[in-house]
Amino acid sequence: MGLLTFKGGVHPFEGKELSMDKPVEELKPGKELVYLLSQHIGAPAKAIVNKGDHVVVGQKIAEAGGFVSAPIYATVSGTVKSLEKRKNATGGYVDAIVVENDEQYESTTFVEADPESLSREEILDRIREAGVVGMGGAGFPTAVKLAPKDPSTVDHILVNGSECEPYLTSDYRMMLEKPEMIVEGLKIMLKLFGDNCKGLICIENNKPKAIEIMKKAVEGVDRVSVAVVKTKYPEGAERSLINAVTGRFVNSKMLPADAGCVVDNVGTVMAVYDAVKNGKPLMYRVFTVTGDAVKDPRNFLVRIGTPYRELVEAAGGFTAEPEKIISGGPMMGFALADLDVPVTKTSGALTCFLKDEVSRVHETACISCGRCLNVCPARLMPTKLAELAEAGDEEGFESFDGLECVNCGSCSYTCPAKRPLAANINMMRQRVLANKRKK
Amino acid sequence: MENKYRVSVSPHVRDSITTNKIMLYVILALLPSAIFGVVNFGLHALTIICVSIIFAVGSEFCLNKLLNKASTIGDLSAVVTGLILAMNMPAEIAWWIPALGSVFAIVVIKGLFGGLGKNFMNPALGARCFLMIAFSSQMTTYASPSGFTSLMTKVAGTPDSLSGATPLAYLKQGYQFDLESLFIGNVGGVIGETSALALLLGAAFLLVMQVIDWKIPVVYLGSFAILVFITASLRGYDGAFMFTLEELCAGGIIFGAFFMATDYVTSPITPNGKIIFGLFLGVMTWLFRMVGSGNEGVSYAIILGNCLTPMIEAYTRPRAFGIVKEKAKKEAKA
Repeated sequence: MGLLTFKGGVHPFEGKELSMDKPVEELKPGKELVYLLSQHIGAPAKAIVNKGDHVVVGQKIAEAGGFVSAPIYATVSGTVKSLEKRKNATGGYVDAIVVENDEQYESTTFVEADPESLSREEILDRIREAGVVGMGGAGFPTAVKLAPKDPSTVDHILVNGSECEPYLTSDYRMMLEKPEMIVEGLKIMLKLFGDNCKGLICIENNKPKAIEIMKKAVEGVDRVSVAVVKTKYPEGAERSLINAVTGRFVNSKMLPADAGCVVDNVGTVMAVYDAVKNGKPLMYRVFTVTGDAVKDPRNFLVRIGTPYRELVEAAGGFTAEPEKIISGGPMMGFALADLDVPVTKTSGALTCFLKDEVSRVHETACISCGRCLNVCPARLMPTKLAELAEAGDEEGFESFDGLECVNCGSCSYTCPAKRPLAANINMMRQRVLANKRKK
Repeated sequence: MENKYRVSVSPHVRDSITTNKIMLYVILALLPSAIFGVVNFGLHALTIICVSIIFAVGSEFCLNKLLNKASTIGDLSAVVTGLILAMNMPAEIAWWIPALGSVFAIVVIKGLFGGLGKNFMNPALGARCFLMIAFSSQMTTYASPSGFTSLMTKVAGTPDSLSGATPLAYLKQGYQFDLESLFIGNVGGVIGETSALALLLGAAFLLVMQVIDWKIPVVYLGSFAILVFITASLRGYDGAFMFTLEELCAGGIIFGAFFMATDYVTSPITPNGKIIFGLFLGVMTWLFRMVGSGNEGVSYAIILGNCLTPMIEAYTRPRAFGIVKEKAKKEAKA
């Protein structure tokens, strides 16, 4: 039998063996934690504490700034040191709350509940209040995603455990270590939809251990099963995964719910469980520190707000000075200028390379080899789009469906002439979208 | 603030494939046929190959210097052009003819149109056609390996005097060949086209290394074979099937299908475009060989195809993921 997959994609070096066998360890943060107010898609959260306030673990320090937004919680106890702008992973300065850790870890009490006795609205409220957002990277508020206009049309909940991004192992570790929590979280999410809704835990076939453990965990659970997908990047991209598992198509003008699907990362599903069952807000995430520049690559359970610098130190520091540090993985992550960036709800890894291979490549002319067309999961003509982007032709760019690009970077990866296709296309896509908003 | 680490947009890794690696694979794939050509036709063939490559690389180097551009000879594409042109030369031709061809290919067809990636026509083929017109007698005086004519058996009552020296010419005159020697290639012709075996070996390598796509060569050879078989059957040839196989193994069609029609720059980039392109080449080659008066037609078929490539691409744009065609959308609404 052929494995479930989509058309296109690439096979970058996986690099997962560096950290895949390292169990998740909890990491105690240092003196200062930084809570960025924009760590999700949508309106930034609004701070509700002032300088000098005392805060405790699990205390809400910023409330949702709109319908598509999410509140933020303190993950340590201590004093609010300042409200100021701090740098995020993409290099921008955004509003942040800086808390000085008193290392007492005083905590509020969390109100547990029996998910079985909760109504649909109560479940959604608990998820919304807990500030749960998509932890795979996009950071879309989960309560909004789980409440589409017509819930009865959703017949698939896909739990994304494919982790197609190279080097990352946090989802993998969660599946190995907390399978029952993932299944329970999924059961809660299934309650939000009709009886015909199925829950599928999607895992790439390069993770046989996770497949085995999750299969055991779903045994005897009604409507829940494991879907094995082919190891290929970007298998875990929302549109690719929906297509691989259900054969349906989602374009840029649609939501996954329009194709009857809801896709959530394993980390998000666990956060849903914690929020609904234990009443705990989103305060932790599993984080991989990896790459050839890291002495002891491993997986941590970190408090949101912990500076990246402390994570590197906890992983034994650097073997030698790295040339490149990426927040996230090598395919879609953001290169960092320095380590003064805090962990957010959506950041899952820090990949540190001794050598930056991209700054060494030599760009040559396009030879029309067509490799970019073959790998594009959106079935576009990346070389044509990049050409239109360079010429600044917005109309042409749109007519060649440039807005359908998911910025996976497969085209740049595969290009033998080493052209920065994805970068050009994405820049143009942002420009066209910005001009559209202006109109 | 000073950046401590290097910052660039994602992705931060690249595949190990590069343009010059691709060109190197093409050169490797051509080696069996080139070696066979030298063995078959003697050392003069080696001289032709060397001269052709040296002039191709040399003229690219000089052109870069003249235009004040960074040297592009490192991408090895000029070596490929020179080698392919040499493979298209009769073995005993004067050395200055391929030398002139190489200069023409690199300067006129490639350089003047903007260099690698911008030429609308396969440089080696364009040069070959130029040489065919300029030096038609030299270009069609083929060397024959000794003992070649003994491989043929006359099957039809056509002229006794043998003109030309390639299997295709004889096929047209009604001779039949021992298919095995045609396949192995100790027959007359240009340096690189005679051995189907050596060519297929190289082609298999390119397919396995994913340098070329199967669509153009398979559709090209397939459509040509079907048309030839139908024609041969209608004309009542003895052994139409055998005749088809001989037409496939003789002349430059295998060489053309795998090494020239698949040239990235001058063939359609779209998957459906590749199929249409292959089909067009098959039909044109059939027309040239079976209906027209010439023996050969591969070069002209491919060159005509090159000219149609932009149009084929425009009409065969792939549909983006999840985008429904406007027409289908309207129908669905109605």
